[in-house]
Amino acid sequence: MARPRLRISDRVGDRLLLSATGLASAIAVLLLVLIAWQVFKGSGTAFHKFGFGFLTGTTWKPNFNQYGAGTLLFGTFVTGVFALFLAAPIGIAIGLYLSLMAPPRVRAIIGPVVEMLAAIPSVIIGFWGILVLAPFLVKHAEPQLHSTVGFIPLFGLPQTNGASMFAAGLILTIMVIPIVASISRDLFDTVPRELQEGASALGATRWEMIRGVMLPTTASGLAATSFLGLGRALGEAIAVTQVIGAGTKINTSLYETGDTLASRLANQFQNATDQLQTSSLFYLGALLLIIGLGSNLLAQWIGRRFAVQKAHA
Amino acid sequence: MTTMTSDLAHGEGLPPELDPARPLVASGNLRRRHVVSTFFSSLAVLATAFAVAVMVIVLWTVVSRGGSVISWDFLTKAPPLFGCAGGGIGRAIAGTGLIVAIATAIAMPLGILIALYTSEFASPRARSFIRLVLDLLNGLPSIVIGIFAFGLLVAGHHQSAFAGSFALSIIMLPLIARASQESLAQVPNGLREAANALGVGRRQSVLGVILPSAMSGILTGTILAVARAAGETAPLLIVSSIYKGSYSFDFFGSAIPNIPVEIFRLSESADPAGYERAWGAALVLVIFILATSVLGRMLFARSKAKASR
Amino acid sequence: MTILDPEFDPIMEPSRPAAPARSAGERYRIQTVDRPARTASHGQPTPTTPVVRESVFKVEQLAISYGSKTAVQGVTMGIDRNRITAIIGPSGCGKTTFLRSLNRMHDGIPGLRVDGHIYYHGHDLYGSGVDRVEVRRRIGMVFQKPNPFPKSIYDNVAWAPRNLGLRSGLDDRVEKALRGAALWDEVKDRLKDSALGLSGGQQQRLCIARAIAIEPDVLLLDEPASALDPIATASIEELVRTLKAKFTIVIVTHNMQQAARLADRTAFFGLDNERIGTLIEYDETDKIFTNPADTRTEDYVTGRFV
Repeated sequence: MARPRLRISDRVGDRLLLSATGLASAIAVLLLVLIAWQVFKGSGTAFHKFGFGFLTGTTWKPNFNQYGAGTLLFGTFVTGVFALFLAAPIGIAIGLYLSLMAPPRVRAIIGPVVEMLAAIPSVIIGFWGILVLAPFLVKHAEPQLHSTVGFIPLFGLPQTNGASMFAAGLILTIMVIPIVASISRDLFDTVPRELQEGASALGATRWEMIRGVMLPTTASGLAATSFLGLGRALGEAIAVTQVIGAGTKINTSLYETGDTLASRLANQFQNATDQLQTSSLFYLGALLLIIGLGSNLLAQWIGRRFAVQKAHA
Repeated sequence: MTTMTSDLAHGEGLPPELDPARPLVASGNLRRRHVVSTFFSSLAVLATAFAVAVMVIVLWTVVSRGGSVISWDFLTKAPPLFGCAGGGIGRAIAGTGLIVAIATAIAMPLGILIALYTSEFASPRARSFIRLVLDLLNGLPSIVIGIFAFGLLVAGHHQSAFAGSFALSIIMLPLIARASQESLAQVPNGLREAANALGVGRRQSVLGVILPSAMSGILTGTILAVARAAGETAPLLIVSSIYKGSYSFDFFGSAIPNIPVEIFRLSESADPAGYERAWGAALVLVIFILATSVLGRMLFARSKAKASR
Repeated sequence: MTILDPEFDPIMEPSRPAAPARSAGERYRIQTVDRPARTASHGQPTPTTPVVRESVFKVEQLAISYGSKTAVQGVTMGIDRNRITAIIGPSGCGKTTFLRSLNRMHDGIPGLRVDGHIYYHGHDLYGSGVDRVEVRRRIGMVFQKPNPFPKSIYDNVAWAPRNLGLRSGLDDRVEKALRGAALWDEVKDRLKDSALGLSGGQQQRLCIARAIAIEPDVLLLDEPASALDPIATASIEELVRTLKAKFTIVIVTHNMQQAARLADRTAFFGLDNERIGTLIEYDETDKIFTNPADTRTEDYVTGRFV
């Protein structure tokens, strides 16, 4: 298409705009690279000293210059998976309710309410967790669960004054639910109405329609959403540090204290006394970076496969 | 299930299982299927009720415990001297305001420029690559961004409010850029073509026509990003947490008080008197965040209504 | 011409759907007497015994409105068993709205009201206690746009029977349904392939197979060929003709030739004085197309009014 010739000032302006926007985009890319570089650089000293043994070492003793992330990786994994196992089904169920069942008026109120739960800062959720939720858990929920399913080692005797991996897992659940709920609602909204009608015209009940049509059609999107939620749970520092109790051992019972990568980082970074401790904390940060990027890339990859399948449809 | 009688009654050519004359009520295994369906539907209702209940309980706790603390003094005064009662979070409020404002001033123009590049200039490949980068930035744990800012700006120097703003701007950047991209994508192509057909430069059509018509969506995204940044604790804990309660803000030279870190410190302290003030600070923060979210939502609804007209 | 069973008057004696009476079908039978159209057009009445036809639907003074807007009103008609009934007329006069009311597809749309009565084999379709899953199990529907599920061809057909608990002989059932929809030979070697890989015409036949796999009583077809090319359309028409032996068929179509080719009876929908959709004329297809009683019908079928 032949464009009219532009005046010089226009051409210069165009050039400037293109360079400015291009530069901004380059900065975003650079930022990501810089973050990774900075974090890996910071962990250099610790990596030199401990190597990959850092991942399995379970001692963390600043006074003895001994650092290992084993306990923290365990705590991160346990609380993250715990949160995902609760939050994914609950969030998806909320998405189904909002997308398929709620009358428009109810949806218009509850949808934003659920999303606003995600807007409450983690420091407040964590504060609420340690002062309100954790005492309640110790007094009521934990003994109850112990007496009914106590044969599972996860649900041992209530131990602490409330701070526990159990509390941390629940707090993370609360933080992940709104993420999964709002994305899965949007996913269900994209399922063509014709498919839903096709299913009900075949004499299917609502649940049969959900199980047979809605869930399979959105499966990979839901999986991607769950990974996003997991990534959020694994990386959360503040709320977890408030309720998990900064434990130093690997315990099978969820009612014991524990600690996660992000939580240890938030807890000790300000007070790190020497270079090795700071570097070890950076090492934790590097692990978090890898986990964060990994879960996100995985979600992207699943999401893209989903998009490709759709495009072929 | 198969009823031979109906088969006989209506002759061949009719489905054997179906007696069309039977009343149109659930019978046989359809009753069980309805029970299953109702069961799962109630689970969905229950899950929603659970989330709403959590939201209500958290809010109610914050409002009921924080409400009694809040007063004009609390909002404006400096924190109490060690061991004394009274005092407020005035400096933390001002500090959060300043840190977030500077963060917005950094992130907003950058985010808009990125969005302009991807929606108006970039090749499809560059577009999806930058989108991926933004998603990855968005997925980084905020504490990692905190130690990045620490390593870049604090290590070897000292904590500073600027480092806090810098870290928060990294958190806000992908949110603003993605919202702006979506808003720009809503601009009808006809408008682009019309602007181009006028023979003016790209700069004029982009800045004069396309960007203004996407502005309300960009503002919504920015407001929501502000709401998110105002409550971010982890990065500030790392780069702007060691402060005295002074009002003399040395923006580049020292940490300044801010609400999230204040809540965190008070919640970690063993002194129950501190909890009171933490609830008060939490209420202030929640009101600010919910108000901005609602504002953003209303703006968004209005711009959508305008677009659909 | 409709004669009601003397024992049954739907207005005076509304059916009680929950009533366990086993002989309901016999008692509530509505019949129409079918006088061959030829008799009238040739002018010499041949004294043939009238064919007694059973009505599947009996629609009385039906009106459907969304909020304050009425989409269709004043529809009274009977639909015969094992015949093809076509619904024609310009767009916007409530054809599809009417069709969708026959299997309660509108349920759940907020603000939608259905007034008047639809009796299905004597049972009030909108009566209390009526289960809409059961309604749709008996009255299947095929939509304008092919809407196969994103599953394999086999699973598309087997899905509904599985839901209903018709698990034994499922393979045979699937084969029978696919044969019934004239699709078997084309897909028998790739039953496990995604249904989304089929052509538009094949997808629509798959949707028909899917609908007949649970052996419903009635098939409602909402412009089933409008999204298809002429060759695919021809094969769908051929298929519909064969399905008549087993099912009662109601088809909405934009295409007058299609109605003329396919239907035994044709209903012409148009706008009434209030500019609301309504049934203008309903008769044997021959009559509608050759000697309509209403000038509006005549204008439409002769192309004077679109």
